[in-house]
Amino acid sequence: MELMITIAARNLEDGAMVVVGTGVPCAAAMLAQLTQSPNLTILFEAGGIAPLLPTMPISVGDSRTTHKGLKATSMAEIMELCQAGIVDYCFLGGAQIDKYGNLNSTLIGDDYNKPKTRFPGSGGANDLASLCWKTLVVTPQNQKRFAKKVDFITTPGFIEGGNSRLDAGLPANTGPYKVITDIGVYGYHPKTKEMMLLSLHPGKTISDVKENAEFEVIIPNQYETTKEPSAKELKILRENVDPSGVIIGRG
Amino acid sequence: MEKTTYKQGKGKLFTSPNADEMRTFFRSKNKQMKSKLTTVSEAINHYLKDGDYIAIGGFGGVRIPTALIHEIIRQNKKDLGFAGHVATHDCQLLSAGKSFNRCDAAYIVGLEARGLSKNSRRMFESGDVEVTEWSNGALSWRFKAAAMGLPYLPSRVMLGTDTFNHSAAIEVECPFTQQKLAALPALYPDVAILHVHRADAYGNCQIDGILVADDDIAKASKRVIVTTEKVISNEEIRREPGKTVIPYWCVDAVIEMPYGSYPGNMPGEYYSDEDHLKEWLVAEKDLDQLEKFIDHNIRSSADFYEYLEKNGGMNKMKELIRTEHLY
Repeated sequence: MELMITIAARNLEDGAMVVVGTGVPCAAAMLAQLTQSPNLTILFEAGGIAPLLPTMPISVGDSRTTHKGLKATSMAEIMELCQAGIVDYCFLGGAQIDKYGNLNSTLIGDDYNKPKTRFPGSGGANDLASLCWKTLVVTPQNQKRFAKKVDFITTPGFIEGGNSRLDAGLPANTGPYKVITDIGVYGYHPKTKEMMLLSLHPGKTISDVKENAEFEVIIPNQYETTKEPSAKELKILRENVDPSGVIIGRG
Repeated sequence: MEKTTYKQGKGKLFTSPNADEMRTFFRSKNKQMKSKLTTVSEAINHYLKDGDYIAIGGFGGVRIPTALIHEIIRQNKKDLGFAGHVATHDCQLLSAGKSFNRCDAAYIVGLEARGLSKNSRRMFESGDVEVTEWSNGALSWRFKAAAMGLPYLPSRVMLGTDTFNHSAAIEVECPFTQQKLAALPALYPDVAILHVHRADAYGNCQIDGILVADDDIAKASKRVIVTTEKVISNEEIRREPGKTVIPYWCVDAVIEMPYGSYPGNMPGEYYSDEDHLKEWLVAEKDLDQLEKFIDHNIRSSADFYEYLEKNGGMNKMKELIRTEHLY
């Protein structure tokens, strides 16, 4: 978990604007703000803009999300900022994901009216992944999570690959950017829009990648090895971002 | 070139998006600035009836009108529709009361980082609740369309997804750019229940911190019930008119209800009671246990103050005030 949060944090460059969800995405944004990106503007869908987070919020709307912030506004305004093209990243947490980066957080089962398991639904995820320029996803990787077909497309990735996202009417040049798991970091093939390995975490193998995905992940000839978290990153993560170990402690 | 096709979500539209119906309603609504001070039980009894469609202010566990939702359970209101616009503890409460049979769902059954509500899931997995799917942004803009007096707003969300397919949105072509957009039908609730920081007797309301969608919900709803941490004078409202988020003509009932968002967070006032919210999640595991829990906390409590007393009273409130001001 520490590795996932650290890598995620490294992807948020100074000066960028990012909308985050609670849990791992929020921890990553906080870590980024306390390391290489002091001028990272963090936004929360409930209306918090640019807080200096003192601790992890438990809700994306609780008072921590506006602590020393620049503005407290409405959800409509946050989504309007995204729709207007202001926001670089959205950062979403674990869900079922397919090879095109489509996410399911709505249900398991094939009967919408009587689902086997009902989950919360989109929340702000569909809006954010439709409208922000780049979508980052952090999720533990296994066969269930990396699904051949998601039971329900809650949140758009590249839909059916190729140009289908644009054809669906979603804004041009937006879409899934990276997926960070406990095994590696993935991007997307520029043409087919299928998930592709970018970097493998230390100690992980290609067969780990394959055994923990129901679909075929593209393995290019060249990929990197993930740089381990530094002592400094870990110290800040453990002492400032998540001192009570709420997020780090999750397997 | 291939002809563009325009899709329609197959979800049910639970409320009419007809702006003229609302214009007619608002024309005849009494806009006299008179005192609307009342009690929680009177307000729910008088303004909310079985079958109504409600919108709840705040953000699930932040600035929620808990006292009003408890009263809905106590008065055993049934067959409500509601907007699941980040419905977390509020969804948990309405599920505990089995108070609803239809829902516009953007975020339901979960409590964000705290986990999932077993009983809310029971409710939504039973097949007895009609659900139409949306995103948070879509519901926000549906309220905004209504607040603007329009039948719909175009947007660029939900396109290409099953969320759209199970919504009641319709794809349309932009008359100017020919782009594909999702038309979101205006959402005009029968009743809004909101909790604010300060209000005067007429219903002019001030809110600190995030608004979520309360400003638009108040303008979009036929009847609006407001609980407030504190009732302030009209003079105080007039001193800083820029702070008025909800004006009096939107509001039908005002009730002073300190700690009214408990166990939710009230920005700048008190933090959420995470221990009590955990008790809820535990109680929900077993139906008998849950019934006892609701009887103890809600049905057998004469009012919201008794519920606060049962959960630690002023000592607990002081603790939550301290937690809120830790940073």
